[in-house]
Amino acid sequence: MKETTTYLAPRSLNEAVEAMAAGDVTVFCGGTDLTPQTDSGVKQYGTKLMNIRRIEGLSGVADNGDTIRIGAATTVTDVRHNPLIAKAAPILAEAAERFASDQIRNAASVGGNICNASPAGDMINPLLVLDAAVELASWADGTVQTRSVPLEQFFVGPRKSVKKPEELLTAVVFKKPASDFVGKFRKSGPRPALEISTVSVGIGGNLSNGVFRNVRVAMGSVAPTPLRARNVEAALEGRPLNADSISAAVAAAAIDAKPIDDVRASAWYREHLVKVFTEEVLSHVHGN
Amino acid sequence: MSMETEINFTLNGRPVSVRVPVTMKTLTMLREVLGLTGTKYACGEGECGACTIKVDGRTLNSCLMHAVDCDGREVVTIEGLKTPEGMNPMQKSFVEHGAVQCGFCMPGMIMQADYLAENNPNLTREEAQRGLEGNLCRCTGYTKVLDAVESAVEKKCCGRC
Repeated sequence: MKETTTYLAPRSLNEAVEAMAAGDVTVFCGGTDLTPQTDSGVKQYGTKLMNIRRIEGLSGVADNGDTIRIGAATTVTDVRHNPLIAKAAPILAEAAERFASDQIRNAASVGGNICNASPAGDMINPLLVLDAAVELASWADGTVQTRSVPLEQFFVGPRKSVKKPEELLTAVVFKKPASDFVGKFRKSGPRPALEISTVSVGIGGNLSNGVFRNVRVAMGSVAPTPLRARNVEAALEGRPLNADSISAAVAAAAIDAKPIDDVRASAWYREHLVKVFTEEVLSHVHGN
Repeated sequence: MSMETEINFTLNGRPVSVRVPVTMKTLTMLREVLGLTGTKYACGEGECGACTIKVDGRTLNSCLMHAVDCDGREVVTIEGLKTPEGMNPMQKSFVEHGAVQCGFCMPGMIMQADYLAENNPNLTREEAQRGLEGNLCRCTGYTKVLDAVESAVEKKCCGRC
């Protein structure tokens, strides 16, 4: 086991990404995922440990006109109580409401939940429904370079993303949904709190004159990565939201979901649950 | 293994300066370096809340927090709730309602209850129940815990009044 010899707590993004360019940096913010992973040996610390909480401008929810930008270090508590999110993207507040416990929400960051790249990440599901993109910063030619990656393309496997080790996720950005946007998130676990989702389903779209458009459906814990459920989306897109389209969507949910048996639930149960949730969420959207 | 680094922060109202290994957790620092054993180690992974402390006004699991992240911040532990008159009103309420059995979860439970009452003067029983979701108790069964919190809130006793 190598020794962690340096602690870094940069105040600026420049400082942070310049240090990351040198390599072997373990980044943390709330530490709520990193700590259990390093304690259990799933993950090893690098020779340098970097705390990104003190980087100026890295936390907070910003209203940028057509878009909303959530800084990577923003805590889940801040998302839960943010008035702009409550108004423009309540599906995200809804997921924050059911995220772990108060103590974890107070520490855990949105960026950390995304970078952990768990198929069960509860901030990821609603952000997929909102068609968000992440900003990745790195150091090149003596300056900070950023690239934007659609969240849907960010995940490549369990705990694996396209983010390079020298890149820092700085924010997640999404377009403000139009006024006819409706969305709903639902997760399951044996307890309502502190639960790693057995299955989560998020559905959103523009519902106008009974017709559902720009439908986006996200599923958690039913595939190696958080998933956009394209078959469910196709079953709903441009159609009136009614018993027929809902039952087509439920059938499609079983095609999109590719669950496995693991310690938390069987594949059979997950497939069952994903169908139930798809129906529940759509019936809720329909009812409203 | 990790190198030590010096951090400075406010602990229960007093400035402290301490050298800690960079990967040490806050809970270990409190208990083993600073000798404050009121904060308990139980699950070690954020599930039980026995290690709950308050940092910059918000509660969190000290077992998940790196000690170095305390640098420059304000940390309050169960020892810091004490008032010049003795126990703070939330602590008293827990005693009065017999909410304590073995007591192991209590420092975390009281830290979280005090935080909830401090931030919501009209805290309802339901809100207290939700707010205490991250604190597990294996003996009282929670009813008396909620009675204690409800009663402390009714008396407007947040610990700071």
